[in-house]
Amino acid sequence: MSELLQTPSQTVGPFFAYSLTPEPYNYDFKSIITGDMVSEDKAGNHIQIVGQVIDGQGEPISDAMIEFWQPDIKAIGRVGTGTDAKNRFVFNTIKPQSIDGQAPHICVIVLMRGLLVHAYTRLYFSDERTANQTDEVLQSVPEDRRETLIAQHGERRGKTVYTFNIIMQGDNETVFFDV
Amino acid sequence: MDKRDWSVHPSYLYPGYKSTIHRAPKRELLPIKANLSERTGPVFGLDSISPLDNDLTKNGRKNGEPIGERIVVAGRILDQHGQPIRNTLVEIWQANACGRYIHKVDQHDAPLDPNFLGGGRALTDDEGRYKFYSIKPGAYPWGNHPNAWRPNHIHFSLFGPNISTRLVTQMYFPGDPLLQYDPIYLGIPEKNRASMVSKFTLDLTEPNFALGFEFDIVLRGYHATPFGV
Ligand SMILES: [Fe+3]
Repeated sequence: MSELLQTPSQTVGPFFAYSLTPEPYNYDFKSIITGDMVSEDKAGNHIQIVGQVIDGQGEPISDAMIEFWQPDIKAIGRVGTGTDAKNRFVFNTIKPQSIDGQAPHICVIVLMRGLLVHAYTRLYFSDERTANQTDEVLQSVPEDRRETLIAQHGERRGKTVYTFNIIMQGDNETVFFDV
Repeated sequence: MDKRDWSVHPSYLYPGYKSTIHRAPKRELLPIKANLSERTGPVFGLDSISPLDNDLTKNGRKNGEPIGERIVVAGRILDQHGQPIRNTLVEIWQANACGRYIHKVDQHDAPLDPNFLGGGRALTDDEGRYKFYSIKPGAYPWGNHPNAWRPNHIHFSLFGPNISTRLVTQMYFPGDPLLQYDPIYLGIPEKNRASMVSKFTLDLTEPNFALGFEFDIVLRGYHATPFGV
């Protein structure tokens, strides 16, 4: 069978919200993917993951769209950074388990105006030191850049909150993968 | 899994499109060793789709019909080996006939249409086909450079079979004189630019109702072994 050329990628642009993340932005259209990746009563360790997307001038980006794919429970999340006063994204899920011999992780897709092709990264957890030390993907990343993939554990009002910023450019540029 | 073909996709940095300058990753992408997780992805069922989701001429109505030229936009979602991608989610969004987005940040001084939202979604059928009804989107100005106008376009978002096949793209219209000036379109390597332009066809045109535009989308192949080899 003949090979076809892949359709080229284009930027998501600044105006995706009323179709892709409508409810948090108060558009009259049902959201089918939100930052709440699991129902509140799902068994597991409920966590929140919060972060900003930072551009090359050190400014938080207000029109990025972040997607989380959590392979162990096959859950998808999607959040725009335009509804929070600090341009944060907030995801609620349960802490991932190890699968396929990998450390607990979440696959992250980054889209925004000015990004002609979406970028893939991964999120690992600061309190999974042992598992992280044997994770094949994480260990393949040069040691001085590994930290960019580690969400930092914290507590806020009795809730477990991880902080994970995505840095597009500069000294601490997040590692993006050629997935 | 076939690789992303970087000879057809834009590069991250395309200075003609100014927003890329402070947002494009500057370091090389790292190869990913074990990508089992990236070979899985979300599955959407009919419960994700409401009956009017693929009909943008109806899903934003408040007190009448949206203004503009009615269109049918339909096509097939295929992998690069020509295999149809079934039951996959297709999400779209666009400006109204005047070139105005309903998005609150869009400040273009053109009228909003009270009866047009501009968002839609559909699932492909067993042959990988999707179909939307909509209003032909207008061109709109943007601040990239003096007198910059985006050509008429519809934004598309797809996951495909797993997150590695994810694609966000834009569909353009045939004969649009703005394409030759648009840095977002021109950021695509020349050899596959034409694939972004839909084809007008009488086959999809519905008599006395709507003009038909065909737009096929090709995603990365995802089978362990390519077909037909
Ligand atoms: Fe647009």
